[in-house]
Amino acid sequence: MTGISDSTDEAQIIASILAGNTHLFHDLIRPHERSVYAMALSLLHNEADAEDAAQEAFLKAFRNLAKFRGESKFSTWLISITLNEARSRLRSKKTVKMESLDEPPESQGSVTPALLRDWREIPSEALERQEIRALIQQAITDLPLIYREVFLLRDVEELSVNQSAEALGISIASVKVRLHRARIMLQKKLVPQLKRVSPKRRWFSWS
Amino acid sequence: MVIECKHVWEHISDYLDGTLSPEIREEVQKHLEHCEICSAILDSTRNILILTADERVFELPLGFSERLHARLEAEIRGIAPAPSTPRNSNETSTGERSAFTEPDEPSDE
Repeated sequence: MTGISDSTDEAQIIASILAGNTHLFHDLIRPHERSVYAMALSLLHNEADAEDAAQEAFLKAFRNLAKFRGESKFSTWLISITLNEARSRLRSKKTVKMESLDEPPESQGSVTPALLRDWREIPSEALERQEIRALIQQAITDLPLIYREVFLLRDVEELSVNQSAEALGISIASVKVRLHRARIMLQKKLVPQLKRVSPKRRWFSWS
Repeated sequence: MVIECKHVWEHISDYLDGTLSPEIREEVQKHLEHCEICSAILDSTRNILILTADERVFELPLGFSERLHARLEAEIRGIAPAPSTPRNSNETSTGERSAFTEPDEPSDE
C-alpha cells in the first residue's frame, strides 16, 4: 500500500492539518475512501448504513487527528476507527444480536475446504464482471462476524496479524485461527461458484 | 514422515502467509508435490485471496465522494481538530477513544 515516501508525505500533511491547514484533510483521506467503505459495507451489509458509518469514521478521524501518534500507518488507524464505528452500530441494532461475537457452533472443529482436482486460475480481470464481484462480496458478507472482521482487516485491508489482534482486542493466536477458518470457508463457498461461472474458453489461454 | 491431506489443510493459511516452521513447510511441500487435491485447494485459496483483496470488489456508490467531502467541509468549517477546543470538548470526553489502542470490544477469549 503506502510506501515510505507516501507515509512521510502523510505525516507532513497531518502535521500541517494540525497546524491549521484543515482543508488538507480532504487530500489526506482521498486514497482511503474505498477501503473504509468496503470495511463498513462488509460489516453492516447495507449501503446506506455503510456510507453513513464511513462518513462518521472520517469525521471521527478528523476530530481525533491529534491523537494519531504515527506509530501505525494512518490507514491502519482509520480502519480501526471504522471497525469500532461499525461494531457500535451492530451492537445498537437489536436484530443483529443474533449475529453475536460468539463462536458459531459449527466451527468449533476444523473447517473442510472444497475438494477439487485442478484449479484453473481466475485472473483479476474477471472482476470486471458484475456477476463475479457480486459472488465475492456475498461470500465475504456471509462469513460469521468474528471471521469476517479478521478476514477484512488482514486480507482486505492488509493489516498485520499483530495490528489485527490489537484492533479487535483478541490474541494473536485467535487472529490466526479465525483467519484460517475464514479463508477456508471462503474457498469452500467460492470455488464451486466460480468454477460454475467461469467460461473455460476465455481463460484457457491464461494458464 | 508422511502427513495426511487433512493435516495439510490445517496449514494452508500459515503456508500462504509463509509462517510455517521450516520442518512443517517441507512436509507440506512434499505432500503437495504428489497430491493434486491439496495442490488444487492451495491454488484456489491463493487465487481467492487475490480476488477478494482486489479494489474492484467493493465499488464506491455513485456520489459517495461528493457527499463525504461536503459533510467533511461542513465539519471542518465548524471545528478544528485540536484536542480540546471548547466546542468539541464534549465529544472528545464522551467518546472518541483511540480506536487503535483501546478497542471497544472486550476480549472474548
